[in-house]
Amino acid sequence: MYAYDAIDRELVETRVAEFREQVARRVSGELTEEQFRPLRLMNGLYLQLHAYMLRVAVPYGVLSSAQMRKLAHIARRYDRGYGHFTTRQNIQYNWPKLEETPDILAELAEVEMHAIQTSGNCIRNTTADQFAGAAADEVDDPRIWSEIIRQWSTFHPEFSFLPRKFKIAVTGAQKDRAAIKVHDIGIVIVRNDAGELGFQMWAGGGQGRTPMIAKLIRGFVAERDLLSYLEAMLRVYNRHGRRDNKYKARIKILVHELGADEYARQVEAEWARIREGVLSLPQAEIDRIRAAFDEPPFERFEGDSRAFHGKRFEDRGFQRWVRSNVKPHKKPGYAIANISLKPVGGIPGDATADQMDAVADFADRWSFGEVRVAHEQNLVLPHVRQDDLYGLWLALGAVDLDTPNIGLLGDIIACPGLDYCSLANARSIPLSQALSERFGDLDRLHDIGEISLNISGCINACGHHHVGNIGILGVDKKGEEFYQITLGGRADEDAAVGRIVGRAFDAHETVDAVETIVETYVAQRRDGERFIDTLERTGPAPFKEALYGAD
Amino acid sequence: MSLNVITANRLNDGVVIFLTGNGWSTDLQQAETAEGKEATAALLTRAEAEPGVAVGPYEIAVERIGEELRPLRYRERLRVSGPSVDYLKPQAA
Ligand code: HEM
Ligand code: SF4
Repeated sequence: MYAYDAIDRELVETRVAEFREQVARRVSGELTEEQFRPLRLMNGLYLQLHAYMLRVAVPYGVLSSAQMRKLAHIARRYDRGYGHFTTRQNIQYNWPKLEETPDILAELAEVEMHAIQTSGNCIRNTTADQFAGAAADEVDDPRIWSEIIRQWSTFHPEFSFLPRKFKIAVTGAQKDRAAIKVHDIGIVIVRNDAGELGFQMWAGGGQGRTPMIAKLIRGFVAERDLLSYLEAMLRVYNRHGRRDNKYKARIKILVHELGADEYARQVEAEWARIREGVLSLPQAEIDRIRAAFDEPPFERFEGDSRAFHGKRFEDRGFQRWVRSNVKPHKKPGYAIANISLKPVGGIPGDATADQMDAVADFADRWSFGEVRVAHEQNLVLPHVRQDDLYGLWLALGAVDLDTPNIGLLGDIIACPGLDYCSLANARSIPLSQALSERFGDLDRLHDIGEISLNISGCINACGHHHVGNIGILGVDKKGEEFYQITLGGRADEDAAVGRIVGRAFDAHETVDAVETIVETYVAQRRDGERFIDTLERTGPAPFKEALYGAD
Repeated sequence: MSLNVITANRLNDGVVIFLTGNGWSTDLQQAETAEGKEATAALLTRAEAEPGVAVGPYEIAVERIGEELRPLRYRERLRVSGPSVDYLKPQAA
């Protein structure tokens, strides 16, 4: 894993000391809330419905076991014994006290973590494929490039006050697990015809009020040009992005209004000017960072483990978990183990301090001390020997982390909604719990197959409802909670924004409506067809009819 | 005429508080009520004079049911009662 250098360390420690003083001045009354608010937000501290909320960055979703233990400790010592993993691969604490926040940040700094870039109109914490460095289908490890972006973007003076927040995501595989097409900039690592490594650059995707799918801006950018090209992309945005209207300020609006071709033309012109400048990446620097992500000392195996396959036959519960939660690893004899943070009836993304500690222990024991956070609000142990999977599964079961539902209907993404969020129109969590219970039968879940169900408590779309196969958006109707359903969204390499099916439902009706949608799919599907494929074949008509009747 | 109270979040921990005749309380039932625009504006001015205690004071509409004050909007009812979810229940056995 990447370790801080002296500069990183000093930056973070200075920031903690500075914030400690700012908090003291706010408490003493020297600073007004208007003066203090931007300062606390720069340190990831929001004020929510019932308390403060601290958002801690997990750069590109990578955690060491020591960091995970620290997150557990913070949950226990300063919060109410749990934390919430988010769709941006961060963790949020829902109950920190203002005066203790500097202590929390100081503790985080001890393990090279912080809350910088988790708020404000800067380049936010870059996200990446949670299987980075482990996936069988990977062209190159996105962590290397995300780390390079992190170093360039943290405190970038020119991009500290962009028209709006800015989100970058990186995938190293053709199969997109990082939802790059709904980010301001999405990067796909590719090889060109000459076999050279480089990047496909997408821009102008985003969710929220005006959801958009990103457009391809350039098919290939060479390794050494990554930062100069990003700089050019950001510059054109920084120059023309709408600062007069917060709803039109994101790059998606700029790319949409200028047109992708014109935006690309301006980027190319800017790039031509700066390409050979200081941002041209020296090979030595790329090598240095690449070395930080060197492979752990994998054992050499010939093909798959026999014992592992034997266990799958013997134990049906294990087989079910393997089917949904275990993914192929690039090394023979290894596997990627996904840990669902979506127990039946649970709160998506929440983990208790004890669970976090347990995951840290499992990582040390079985995954070279590495953990990942997935944007679907789950955790991942990236490098598990196939022979260890059974032991891991049993250990996960003992802390209620063995739910076999990754990629299935129970793997619901949900934002905090009105239970915590001051911007919300409706609750997300209780609805996700009710849905998770309705589809709590694991045999049925596996029979229904791959399907994503995403819930947001308002149009800001923190729960990615636009790109759920089934999306649910909380709306307020005269002070009461209602839910709008969309169908056909997807966040993969064929990303699409879902379409509204019809009038909104109340909470109870919504659970039944999802049931109706699922039953319609099961009745319509052909052999092996996933929900999204059936929907694309039939169109929404049968679903609408089942929900609202024939007229 | 509509009935209003002033609410805010407490500076130190963000807890939901209400302006009373004598400072702030976490109990809505202690809140001072105001009827009509002018009286509400006066309450808000008083609340804003104490920035060291309360963050972001604003008015909310309430109704009186028997002796009880109750916010009209669902959002504010949730602010009074806390999260509706059983977040503390450890998921581990
Ligand atoms: C303090 C609580 C939160 C606040 C105030 C907040 C605020 C917002 C706002 C205002 C937007 C709209 C952006 C736009 O339309 O340009 C947004 C979008 C988004 N937020 Fe949040 N959010 C919160 C919590 C979260 C959480 C918990 C997550 C992850 C679970 C999250 C992830 C996202 C994502 C992925 C988007 C997608 C829209 C996009 O940028 O394309 N946010 N948020
Ligand atoms: S989608 Fe809305 S309700 Fe949900 S966390 Fe984001 S801002 Fe809050």
